[in-house]
Amino acid sequence: MVPERRDLWWLEPLVIVVVLGTFVLYSVYAGLANANYFYEPYLSPLYSPCITANCVHPHLPIVGSYWNLSPAILIVAFPLAFRVTCYYYRRSYYRAFFWAPPACAIPDARKSYAGETRFPFLIQNLHRYALIFATLLLAFLWWDTFLAFNFNGRFGIGLGSLLLLTNVVLLSGYSASCHSLRYLVGGYLDSFHRASLRYRLWSWANWLNARHARWAWASLVVVGLTDLYIRLLSMGVLTDLRIVF
Amino acid sequence: MKIWRGEGSAGEHVEYVVPIDAGMVVLDVVHRIQATHAPDLAVRWNCKAGKCGSCSAEVNGAPKLMCMTRMSEFATGEAITVSPVRTFPLIKDLVTDVSFNYEKAKTIPPFKPKPKDPDGKRRMYQEDVDRVQEFHKCIECFLCQDVCHVIRDHEENKPSFSGPRFFVRLAALEMHPLDTNDRLDLIRAKHGLGFCNITKCCTEVCPEDIHITDNAIIPLKERVVTAQYDPIAWALRRIRRTGPALPAPSVPPSKEPPSA
Ligand code: SF4
Ligand code: SF4
Ligand code: FES
Ligand code: FES
Repeated sequence: MVPERRDLWWLEPLVIVVVLGTFVLYSVYAGLANANYFYEPYLSPLYSPCITANCVHPHLPIVGSYWNLSPAILIVAFPLAFRVTCYYYRRSYYRAFFWAPPACAIPDARKSYAGETRFPFLIQNLHRYALIFATLLLAFLWWDTFLAFNFNGRFGIGLGSLLLLTNVVLLSGYSASCHSLRYLVGGYLDSFHRASLRYRLWSWANWLNARHARWAWASLVVVGLTDLYIRLLSMGVLTDLRIVF
Repeated sequence: MKIWRGEGSAGEHVEYVVPIDAGMVVLDVVHRIQATHAPDLAVRWNCKAGKCGSCSAEVNGAPKLMCMTRMSEFATGEAITVSPVRTFPLIKDLVTDVSFNYEKAKTIPPFKPKPKDPDGKRRMYQEDVDRVQEFHKCIECFLCQDVCHVIRDHEENKPSFSGPRFFVRLAALEMHPLDTNDRLDLIRAKHGLGFCNITKCCTEVCPEDIHITDNAIIPLKERVVTAQYDPIAWALRRIRRTGPALPAPSVPPSKEPPSA
């Protein structure tokens, strides 16, 4: 049947395709570049934690110098799995890329549909594990941010430090507002009576969760911008604005 | 206003031109057309206050309650198309057969309360009531069922998918502090929770603003994960039998639900 909606229903999927598509293309380029990801004292979030011996700024050089490709390849699976299995991104890409459905009351693109009942979509059910790994990565990003205020042993604030701080705050907010986290901290209970700490955690998680989409978009855009800024500094295109005390 | 006219699956949109008054809603205009042009026009309605859930239809392609859709939302002179909901079989004009929903309702195991406290009373606490209260606002307008692409666009999924309205009902029962029935395997196997791809159209159309996807469906999905898919939760259950932090093991898939 022909849809009767005459409003701009295609605008939302179009914006999602453009923003998500741009981010994916940019991060593939930046992640494979294997250069310009560090500019003293800033490390691009796409390359953190840096686990190869060849890395310009290694955190944990557990992979020997035989690894000549970009160190980002070794860690990309974790944030990628977290975003791909995120309930909010699922909503967005099922709509914008799979057209199942492209918008409400607009017909699905495909004739048959089994949703998340079969492989590979069944894997979406393990989102909570992706959350755990993403939370571990956050620790490294906080450490990088801490280092980003250290200019050769002196405390300072640069535009890069502020970007890294914004980035890690947004990523933390994104993780803290996760649906799986909301479940794990207390949502699994049927009664909160006699579980006051879990009730409080669940209430906070609820408050953040109601804004999960905003955390998701803001953190995505800022990760990309932070990498771009550090890349341009390292390429010598920009100079960092900073005050060192 | 163009209104769908016809019996069974055959029909077409018929245009009516009527004057409207300030403050009118779509249902008022439909009534005016009934009074002046088409006395045999079939339309279901009851309260005209957005509370009975009878007047569901699709206005310019958007699933809505006709009694809650103001004419002032549309530009002067703009043609307005009113169609019956698409997911259910048509009876006549704007009236559809929604018995799919009543059949699904019968397959939900009913509330089974815990034994009473020693003083002969049952107690619930405010914080627990607050969470399920939202689900009890449902007026059974079935707009969420209508918009859900799982059955709207794929008729063949109807036997294996109950739809968002019933996930709301199941969430209210599953999260009920006094209920003892375990419906998690049923929710996956019989009500088809896995068919939902959380695209949130049900939430967008719900006239009662129930956060169907975020507060009912996703928490149910998480509970089903613990009961069925999470290997660590499974291992913990094996070690501790039924751990206090995890839902009890699920009912075997073959078990038929008691009817409501
Ligand atoms: S969120 Fe799920 S239940 Fe709601 S309309 Fe979308 S697919 Fe259907
Ligand atoms: S959940 Fe909302 S949209 Fe669905 S039947 Fe109830 S009131 Fe209507
Ligand atoms: S639901 Fe989006 S990160 Fe978990
Ligand atoms: S007539 Fe009752 S909800 Fe519209």
